[in-house]
Amino acid sequence: MTALIVPSRRNFLSTTGKAGLSAAAVALLAGRPGLADAAGGDMGKDVDILNVALGLEHEAINAYQLGAGSGLLQKPVLDVAVLFQSHHKSHRDALIATIEKMGGKPVMEKSLDDYAKALNAASLKSQADVLSLAAKLELGASNAYLGVIPSFKDPALAQVAGRLAADETMHWTALSSALGRMLPAKALSFGA
Amino acid sequence: MKPASLFALIGLAALAAPIRAGDAGDAAGRGLYEARCGGCHALDADRVGPRHAGVFGRKAGSVAGFAYSPALAQSRIVWGDDTLERWLRDPEALIPGQRMNFRVSDPAERRAIVDFLRTAR
Repeated sequence: MTALIVPSRRNFLSTTGKAGLSAAAVALLAGRPGLADAAGGDMGKDVDILNVALGLEHEAINAYQLGAGSGLLQKPVLDVAVLFQSHHKSHRDALIATIEKMGGKPVMEKSLDDYAKALNAASLKSQADVLSLAAKLELGASNAYLGVIPSFKDPALAQVAGRLAADETMHWTALSSALGRMLPAKALSFGA
Repeated sequence: MKPASLFALIGLAALAAPIRAGDAGDAAGRGLYEARCGGCHALDADRVGPRHAGVFGRKAGSVAGFAYSPALAQSRIVWGDDTLERWLRDPEALIPGQRMNFRVSDPAERRAIVDFLRTAR
């Protein structure tokens, strides 16, 4: 799976092991050597942030799974839910690859039943209920990604968080449209 | 994107009511809580983050069964107006080694979220 920060072949081959990667090495792997000076020391904090993000992606994948398996979604909404789930799976795989490349241990996915309980899936009775839950989670995820940007030590990872937030915002916008909801009247409504 | 998926997305758009401008920017309290905190938290269930019902007056890191960072679990902080405001402003500054790392930069939003959490029982 592709990491969020893509190593060049030359740099990758010169790396002795993922556990030994420094922040500077990660910055170099991003193909932006200028970041190497800025990245500095502690990468553990960035791994922590990525792991929280991974937990979010696990939950999103399972939320869409619950929706798709509920029998409440009709085509073409079902197809879109599966498409959005595939985006979250790509996010998950990229986050896992990046965390491992940085020497971290990716947080594990819980059981579908655990997610069903935490998200109160038993209360979903209609397609609109499923879409409302998905929209709520996507909005929260978008804001979560935006809200951790200032905490990243590595600016390349902060940019990645922005890209992930953009995907979640796209999902939220489509879901809000499907639900006939109003869009924010004011600018800069995300991530304050 | 596969053509079928693209058609599905177009189908969704056709299904949808027209997008209207609204007043969601005025959302406060619960709406703001759900927008800013709802990615990871719920009031009555542990998700990526711990449940928030009853957070006011609760010792940090004390929801039974939730896997906190060691820093939060060992913290002696009790959640209240001041500690929650500082937590939302910069969690690492309040409890070094925590794992949340999420910041609410707007003071008015922090205040509204803390006001809502005070009522979350």
